[in-house]
Amino acid sequence: MEHAEILHRCFRCGYCKLPGSFQDLNCPPYLKYRFESYAPGGRMWLLRAWLDEEIEASPRLGEILFSCTACGNCVEHCVFPAFKADLLDAFTAGRGELVERGVVPDSVGRYLRAVHSHGNPYNLPEADRARWADGLGVERYSGQEYLFYVGCPGSYDERGQRMARALARLLLDWGVSFGILGEGERCDGNEVRVLGETGLFEQLARENIERFEAEGVRRIVTLSPHAFHAIKNEYPGFGGTFEVCHYPQLLAGQLEKGEFRRGDGPLRVTFHDPCYLGRHNQDYLSPRSVLAALPGVELLEMDRAMADALCCGGGGGNLFTDVLGGGAESASRVRVREAAETGAQVLAVACPKCARMFDDAIKTEGLEDSLQVLDLAEIVQARLAEASLVRSEP
Amino acid sequence: MGGGLVLSGLTRPLRGGLVIDMKRMNRILEVDEIGRSVLVEAGASQGMLQAHLKKHHPGFKHSIPDAPPIATIAGNVLIHGSGHLSAAGGFHSDMLNGMEVVLPTGEIAKVGSCATSPYWFSRAPLPDLAGLFIGWHGTTGIATKLAIKLYPDRPLGDVGIFVVEDPELVPGVIHRLAGVAVAEDILAFMANAPAWLRGFQLVNVKYAAETDKELRLKRDLLRESVRCYIDEKVGGFMPLPPAMKQRFLEEPQTTLAVFADAREGGGFEYVGAIMPIELFPDAYRTGLEIAERQGVECATGARIVGLGHCMMFFYGYAFNRADPADVKLAQDALEATNAAVLEMGGIPWKAEAPAQKQIIAKMDPTTFALMKRLREVLDPKGIMNPGNWEAE
Repeated sequence: MEHAEILHRCFRCGYCKLPGSFQDLNCPPYLKYRFESYAPGGRMWLLRAWLDEEIEASPRLGEILFSCTACGNCVEHCVFPAFKADLLDAFTAGRGELVERGVVPDSVGRYLRAVHSHGNPYNLPEADRARWADGLGVERYSGQEYLFYVGCPGSYDERGQRMARALARLLLDWGVSFGILGEGERCDGNEVRVLGETGLFEQLARENIERFEAEGVRRIVTLSPHAFHAIKNEYPGFGGTFEVCHYPQLLAGQLEKGEFRRGDGPLRVTFHDPCYLGRHNQDYLSPRSVLAALPGVELLEMDRAMADALCCGGGGGNLFTDVLGGGAESASRVRVREAAETGAQVLAVACPKCARMFDDAIKTEGLEDSLQVLDLAEIVQARLAEASLVRSEP
Repeated sequence: MGGGLVLSGLTRPLRGGLVIDMKRMNRILEVDEIGRSVLVEAGASQGMLQAHLKKHHPGFKHSIPDAPPIATIAGNVLIHGSGHLSAAGGFHSDMLNGMEVVLPTGEIAKVGSCATSPYWFSRAPLPDLAGLFIGWHGTTGIATKLAIKLYPDRPLGDVGIFVVEDPELVPGVIHRLAGVAVAEDILAFMANAPAWLRGFQLVNVKYAAETDKELRLKRDLLRESVRCYIDEKVGGFMPLPPAMKQRFLEEPQTTLAVFADAREGGGFEYVGAIMPIELFPDAYRTGLEIAERQGVECATGARIVGLGHCMMFFYGYAFNRADPADVKLAQDALEATNAAVLEMGGIPWKAEAPAQKQIIAKMDPTTFALMKRLREVLDPKGIMNPGNWEAE
């Protein structure tokens, strides 16, 4: 197994379970279960024990390994510089070994089969990929400046579709040159990769790269930070090198070019850093720049922000596989309670998976009357409806 | 006990049974700013309280051990832990105002002022029943709530490192530095790296103040206390670059966890021996002898408790968990260290079951008989952590 050489080196000091402030547990599976086996150190020791044939590859081991959301908190806070960067890769390799042996939770198997068969985890036809854009006037990609890579949640999930529409409307209003691939788009494969199905990930990545190159794509803007991460950091390994940004980065650049004509009513907003824009790619400022450009918006930071942000619990395929499961101490419910404590009216997100997780959590927590989940594009669009952006002349 | 962190395996069910996990019982119940105390549940971690005080009660802190922040407050208090305020406040068990304990019979007992008053201010003036539960390694009851003392978190902090070469001088240095009574923490350690520092004894003194003037005064007092060594040119304060100072001021010290990977194998164990500071030279030489005899690397140091009233002298052994021979070397070194510590008059701290037996063998028989009698009264069915504090 790749990275097997680091598995015995964990001391289980537990810094990986915490944010930098130590205020609470920050590893979603450990937060929920509080067993060492669900913490990064426990996972390492279990994998070591399995490789040493002290334990068997059981469904229980599968549950533990696949409950990891790959949020990267462990990498961020591990105090062992010699191997901290390899932690997530070691867990991915461990899951890969279980995938090879077919010892995966049923929901993981269903997820991988759906992506393999339909190119998306929703088991929906590829032909429906562009239905979200019906009536918007979004063009198919044909050499525009940007390819808008929508991804699976933006294409098929009702919550993600709302985000995709909000972003597309903004880009259209601002005259940004972009197009979409529609049914020509494939799943970005990031979650497939994290789940350890490296063969399927490579197939998806190569199909996307081939399509991007055939269309002459050079610049890509993604709706999902997961897709952004895969295209930016993984696709070059298969020969696909593109100039890719996550949409808050594009919005921040666009808003810098103009200014609002008049102020708006006050709006208290807290922002949830998505793991794949924040910890995995170290961009904490772009989303905040977007919010800072909106008059009347007051940013109320949660105690756990930026590198310390608590994951929504939907990563590592968990939005679909739900291996981690719900409950009062599921990451999404803990996070919306934390957001509500700031006094914010809006929990701002920048990821369709986070949006879905928090929408559900807010309902379960009974917070619908006080807290609303909006993505950055939706917030900008709503504020633009009240004000107007004066474009600077080039 | 300790959020799954206790290094000496005190929560292993040696004769079967249940391990009771307190991690979900982790609320911080009440902070009394005027009385400088906090009431916590037994699963509250050091890091949680540190963050809670920083956010809600700036200006207050508790004594933090060098265990990682996920360690529990209760676990550390109940094993007589020590930490970053031990020069000022003694053992963490000395900082206990009272507790709630579930007895082996299922009754809930209150210990300290809370038994008689709504306030958790002190263990005095009642008979000090806390002694029935501290240091017993879970064999007499399960603590569920604890009130501990808080201390001022002063805005300005500084650290000085006094260096001598002769270990015989260290007890005197510690005695003098601690005697000024301005240090929050005094930690003596022997550096293995960089190479030029090998063989030197370093005494790290941390102190804090409200103002620059106060900080300067404290620094001058500390300096004057060891003036005789400076004048004789047998010791002196080491110049410290700001970045290094900052590292020494970090609470807890993450570098200690990193030591666990010194053998690239994630294994670390240590003997922490409680002993008088006059034994420092013997303790230091013992570490060197064991390291040489057993063929292991031994990191040594000592946290000073109170005004030099005693110290926790530690012998740390890193080992490669993937190498059984390396594990055996460390095990043998630990056993040899426990024996040597007892021989010189110290007592292994948070002793694991084999070390407990070594302690019992040296213990006054009447004392051990009293321990047995108390345990039989508290736990007539013998259900609490059996295998611990037993001669056989």
